[in-house]
Amino acid sequence: MQEIITLAHGSGGKTTGDLIKNIFIKHFNNDILMKNEDAASFILSGRAAFTTDSFVITPVFFKGGNIGKLAVCGTVNDLAAVGAVPLYLGCGFIIEEGLPLKELETIVEAMADTAKEAGVRIVTGDTKVVQKNAADKIFINTSGIGIIPDGIDISGYNAKPGDKVIITGTVGDHGCSILLEREKFDIYADIRSDCAPLNKMVGEVLSKTKDIHVMRDPTRGGVAATLNEIAVQSKVGIKLYEDRIPVNDQVRGLCELLGMDPLYMANEGKMLIIAPEAAINDIMGVLRNTVYGTKSCIIGEVTDEHESRVVMKTVAGGNRIVDMPVGDQLPRIC
Amino acid sequence: MDNLSVAFRDSKLASLLTEKLSKYRGGKINIMEVCGTHTMSISRYGIRSLLPEGINLISGPGCPVCVTPLYFINSAIELLDEKDVIITTFGDLMKVPGTSSSLIMEKARGKDIRIVYSPLDSLKIASENEDKRVVFLSVGFETTTPVTALTIRKASEEGFGNFSVLSANKTIPNVLKILALDKDVKVHGYLYPGHVSAITGTKLYHELAFQYGIPGVVAGFEPLDILHGILTLVDMINGSKKAVVNEYKRVVNEEGNKEAIKVTDQVFCPCDSVWRGIGNIPLSGLVIRDEYEAFDAWKVYNLKPCIAEETPGCMCGEILRGKLKPTDCGLFGKKCTPENPVGACMVSSEGTCAAYYRYQGV
Repeated sequence: MQEIITLAHGSGGKTTGDLIKNIFIKHFNNDILMKNEDAASFILSGRAAFTTDSFVITPVFFKGGNIGKLAVCGTVNDLAAVGAVPLYLGCGFIIEEGLPLKELETIVEAMADTAKEAGVRIVTGDTKVVQKNAADKIFINTSGIGIIPDGIDISGYNAKPGDKVIITGTVGDHGCSILLEREKFDIYADIRSDCAPLNKMVGEVLSKTKDIHVMRDPTRGGVAATLNEIAVQSKVGIKLYEDRIPVNDQVRGLCELLGMDPLYMANEGKMLIIAPEAAINDIMGVLRNTVYGTKSCIIGEVTDEHESRVVMKTVAGGNRIVDMPVGDQLPRIC
Repeated sequence: MDNLSVAFRDSKLASLLTEKLSKYRGGKINIMEVCGTHTMSISRYGIRSLLPEGINLISGPGCPVCVTPLYFINSAIELLDEKDVIITTFGDLMKVPGTSSSLIMEKARGKDIRIVYSPLDSLKIASENEDKRVVFLSVGFETTTPVTALTIRKASEEGFGNFSVLSANKTIPNVLKILALDKDVKVHGYLYPGHVSAITGTKLYHELAFQYGIPGVVAGFEPLDILHGILTLVDMINGSKKAVVNEYKRVVNEEGNKEAIKVTDQVFCPCDSVWRGIGNIPLSGLVIRDEYEAFDAWKVYNLKPCIAEETPGCMCGEILRGKLKPTDCGLFGKKCTPENPVGACMVSSEGTCAAYYRYQGV
């Protein structure tokens, strides 16, 4: 019989202990976690960055990853986006009873593998089990701490007119992949989530030049939402060029069919980088030689016109506002 | 050429067309794009910003969500009082405000509302939930209706007992005639909807051209389609040519799609229909035929359409008829925004107001 998670796994007794030992410690395996204290302790030096994120996704397993990989990438990328070197993660699991143990282990394994790739350690955690229908299979929260090296000042408030806007690869892959798998539209397309830890790529860029003004990973709401946030925070305009924005053919096709816009679809393995023109060649040179940045493109620039707005020159030559998304994009009628 | 859509987005050809259009020096002309997808494309590609001052684009009544009357949403919400009802709908309808609620609010309150891409998906949901009753909310024009008709026919053939359709489907020809006769609306030329025409063929537009003297171009939805369509219309209007030109021959022919017309006729028959903001237009809607009444949610649930008042100040009617621009409405961008739409034109991304809202100030 298939082993499943029961309320006993969250009771705090022996079953919980077994679960921690046989799954979490087995895979996360590091000396800080193994001490099994109420809190992890470690020494930090320098300016710390601290972030947290919760992950709820249907389906839990998708092309290109699963909720575990996503939970590590999300937090690692948030730390990387402020220029921090991610060091330690904590994670909280809320599991719906009935989840097959095997699925949990696959998720935890993905977290361990991704943490290893990113060079971070998962040093503390918590597990709760809730009754059927009180959660959707599994929810994961991860928090992370990293150190920002000296000389780095990256912030959403720092974009300056004249800066260039870089995206580190194709847009919309994650959002489209999840939409396809969740909605079961009977459309066949080989679209994979781009979910990936970006801290090493960012680290390589920063070791070449620290002259980066803004960095953000355009997750929910996509490139459109993230650039709008930056335009408002920095009190600048952002101009995009539609013909320079990289989009996978299959993503473009799916978006055409459903009446959606790749600019608004989520990414989980891309970074938007805004930097002064003088640094752009260095940045692009490094990015193009990294695993996750080979398709990096300069897609626009920061201007002192149309403050707080993102405007795009379309392929037809006209201009249009790329506004903040309102709610989720929904498939259209015709 | 990578594929059809890329070919019709060629920026060099687009700038050639724009250059030709920019030389226009004649009097002011109004071109009505009838279809919501045209409205959407025009704003998506920033086409208004490419036109000279004398050429004015008016958005017509072709956004199916926008012209769906308030009572339809109210009736759908009323249906959800039945505990065993699952509503299936196209995504566009989710945010449309009814009198006191919307589908998206009802979903948050725990009602079972599911977004489908095709009406046929509703049958799948019905067979997976035999203890529930599934109601598909059907709006749309000639393009969307055939699949709904097909779904009803399939449900009938396979003996579904837990599926029905709440329909508010509409047809395009009569509303165009009403607009052509409306003295307040000065349409000099129509940009006809490519998708609708693919089903209906182009014959139905001849009457408008010959009897009412309004030329028209059937155009696709890519930027080159639209720019070229406008260029052709400008030439026709200035040359007083009363004709219909089909520039979407890769999809549209004179006769239309006979299969699609057949299945629609089999399941639906014409009826008078209320257009939000415009009012009742004779024989501009479709009702499910008596043979299929077991699948007509209006009858199955004994729903009575109750005409509801629009929010005071909402100019959707004038805007849908092309009499006013969204920016002429006092609510536009203030009380009525995509976050909090008051009128239907702000709700759908195809709606004129939503399209303008995105475009403003550039």
